[in-house]
Amino acid sequence: MGDGGTLMATRPVPLEAIESLAIGAWILGTGGGGSPYLGLLNMRQLYRRGVVVDLMDPMDLADDALVAVVSSMGAPLVGQERLTDPRTIERAVRMMEDYLGRRFEAVMSLEIGGGNAIQPFMAAAGLGLPVVDGDCMGRAFPEAQMTSFAIHDLPMFPLTLADVRDNAVIVARAESWKWMERLSRTACVAVGSVAGTCKAPRTGREVKACGILYSTSKAIRLGQTVQAARRAHHDPVAAVVEAEGGRLLFTGKIQDVARRTTEGFLRGTATVEGLEAWRGHVFSLAFQNEFAVGWLDGEPRVTTPDLICVLDTVSGDAIGTETLRYGQRVSVIALPAPAILLTPKGLEHVGPRAFGYDLDFRSVFEMTTLP
Amino acid sequence: MRRRIGIDVGGTNTDAVLLEDDRVLHAVKTPTTADVTSGIVAALRDLLARWRAAGGGGPVDAVMIGTTHFTNAIVQRRHLVAVAAIRIGLPASASLEPFVDWPEDLAAVARGEIVMLAGGHEYDGRPIVPFDTAGMRAAARRIREAGIRSAAVASVFSPLNPECEDRAAEILAEECPGIAVTRSHDLGRIGLLERENVALLNACLVDLARRTACAFAEALAASGVAAPLYLTQNDGTVMLASAAEAFPVYSFASGPTNSMRGAALLSGRDNALVIDVGGTTTDVGSLRHGFPREANSVVEIGGVRTLFRMPDLLSLGLGGGTIVTGDGDRLTIGPHSVGYQLTERSLVFGGFELTMTDVAVAAGLLDLGDRRRVAALPPRLIEAALARAHAMIEDGVDRMKIDAREAPLIAVGGGCFLVPPRLAGISEVIHVPHQAVANAVGAAMAQVSGEADQIFQGLSRDEAIAAARQLAEDRAVLAGAERTTLTVVEVEDLPLAYLPGNSLRTRVRVVGDVAGS
Repeated sequence: MGDGGTLMATRPVPLEAIESLAIGAWILGTGGGGSPYLGLLNMRQLYRRGVVVDLMDPMDLADDALVAVVSSMGAPLVGQERLTDPRTIERAVRMMEDYLGRRFEAVMSLEIGGGNAIQPFMAAAGLGLPVVDGDCMGRAFPEAQMTSFAIHDLPMFPLTLADVRDNAVIVARAESWKWMERLSRTACVAVGSVAGTCKAPRTGREVKACGILYSTSKAIRLGQTVQAARRAHHDPVAAVVEAEGGRLLFTGKIQDVARRTTEGFLRGTATVEGLEAWRGHVFSLAFQNEFAVGWLDGEPRVTTPDLICVLDTVSGDAIGTETLRYGQRVSVIALPAPAILLTPKGLEHVGPRAFGYDLDFRSVFEMTTLP
Repeated sequence: MRRRIGIDVGGTNTDAVLLEDDRVLHAVKTPTTADVTSGIVAALRDLLARWRAAGGGGPVDAVMIGTTHFTNAIVQRRHLVAVAAIRIGLPASASLEPFVDWPEDLAAVARGEIVMLAGGHEYDGRPIVPFDTAGMRAAARRIREAGIRSAAVASVFSPLNPECEDRAAEILAEECPGIAVTRSHDLGRIGLLERENVALLNACLVDLARRTACAFAEALAASGVAAPLYLTQNDGTVMLASAAEAFPVYSFASGPTNSMRGAALLSGRDNALVIDVGGTTTDVGSLRHGFPREANSVVEIGGVRTLFRMPDLLSLGLGGGTIVTGDGDRLTIGPHSVGYQLTERSLVFGGFELTMTDVAVAAGLLDLGDRRRVAALPPRLIEAALARAHAMIEDGVDRMKIDAREAPLIAVGGGCFLVPPRLAGISEVIHVPHQAVANAVGAAMAQVSGEADQIFQGLSRDEAIAAARQLAEDRAVLAGAERTTLTVVEVEDLPLAYLPGNSLRTRVRVVGDVAGS
């Protein structure tokens, strides 16, 4: 500290950066992940009381340091009634410490997309720990095995889960990531379909080797890009594409939305009719909580794990799969996925076939032809 | 034969119509007065005088008043009382107290006491923890000692199980005689903060609502009309004034709603888009079965996020008084307007501002004021300004459509000359007689409604809708509807992510005639 030698050393995060994080995380949610609004309200209150959370460069973690990976689990609708609360996520972390008999040195997010981007900040505020700049999805995904840690075959247990009452569950072991998802999901439903969870603890070495690094600062930067473009009356969508090396895939108007729930997921399709340069063309989107595949005039154009983000054409705000509706003016953009998700092993976990689409993944960033 | 008087109290004019069945007999327009009431008395006096002059007379069955008075009170932070905010849900929801994310100036006026108690329910109706009734009683005593006269109660998942809110209201009534209690489940939908916000806004208005309803009744008596008085609601229905005074938030959007309902009656179309072009703004909405489609998303009122029964409206900064500046690439339309000063500041009335009314007169769309004063305007400017206004209207109308099929558009309001005869995606543009008083017509024709919004599990979609319909019908009857006249006007279902057992959130709304009318 104080030597000025490292660029990314642990640094306090001002409240404005958390406001930006909420905007950026919602974009990285790729349609899912839940709105960060309530988490942001909590952070505003904590900061008003004088709390300041630090963001830590993952490379500053000692190899044997212990990192808590946190997320709120459950149905977004239940969250809208119960209102997320820093204490619950903090309890899940403390319970893990008690179970392990060791103290954590930092907290990190399971998924940077959506409301779970804010959860580690809420936990860190009470625990007095820094937040690691990173996550293990680089976006939002619907299931526990869709993480960089799972792709690297790290152990998936133990897991702690706490509700707002005095209920707490430890999943001591699980046969596989799928079993971990099943066991923890069952406990979550039993306590009212919303719970704070602390996932399998990670060492500093594991985070550095297998985490998706610097995704927190990326989300903050993304939000700042949108805010700056709005202030300057520039096109926020173009600003995001430019700043993040993304690609504008389509601009149009939502023509049709069909939704259904199966196995607890919100699945469906949305059709966008082209405007401006895309007039006369149609873009279709399929989603399972998050956007999974996009077709241009019937031809696959983009698939998971490339980030498929649907933004309000004017404001640049992300639009969730739950709030899509006819008539919205939207821009569909793709942002690059973290490299680990693009490996053959990564694609097994999060490629189009993992979502039931019989398609080979071909990154939109490798295609040179434009419509 | 049914004979009704409808009155719409707007920001500028108070309009009144006499409706005989579905026919407009007489219509008048008078300026709105600062005290609201004397404007109503004047409108009633003019209306009745015309009726008598035409040889009419006889009993009137009902008087329906629509007013934006309560919305204005919130926006201007005036006439509001301090509220005891009672949240039931601990240990859940503890970190975000009532009034969180409110504009500080409004919270400073409305925030009386904040009470957080254990209780509330799960998504399937089970209790989270038992309701802390002893804590509620102690809080009620504190509220009485603090001299607070209005309370808002919000409990977690109360739309699914209102038990805690009902019990809290009973205890408040026992400990604080005469206190006004707003229960959030009577007003709002799922989403605790937004529903609680609606209850808090309502609670800080109850005093004003009571006085206003009283003043309306006196105005009616002073005019010699002996008929029951109803207040119009956001959804295009009415409630007896004596019942409606407990729910002022339900009048927030009754102005635009009444215009849309009036447009339906005057055009004979039940399924159409409606555009109401005023002096400063244009409202676009969508009629389904004669009622405005409801917003199913957060609506901000006076800077407060709410989610309750509100029409889905798009407001555009375009009207007859909208000021046009610049030319060529610099041409700008609005957002400023001369508003009610149109007859002083616009060119055709001798003023010095170029308004959309002047543009319409120059283009020969309208004959108003002195057209010579706009004769020298370059035709290119006129064409460009009209093209810009048409593009704004076309885009706004398209945004409010619910699907790609062509739909008819009914144009009402003083500025409806700005609506072009042909628009993309619109099958026909319909102009109607009495369009300038469509809002008062909408008030006069109003019926009574009931709504249910609930999560159902283990039921098929059809069974869930049937269950919700039964609930909605029972509520409408309680609100004064004749059961045999009830029809379903809105059905919506949304499957829910991450809840077990095919959970389905279903919303049904029914409407029927006022009982006994």
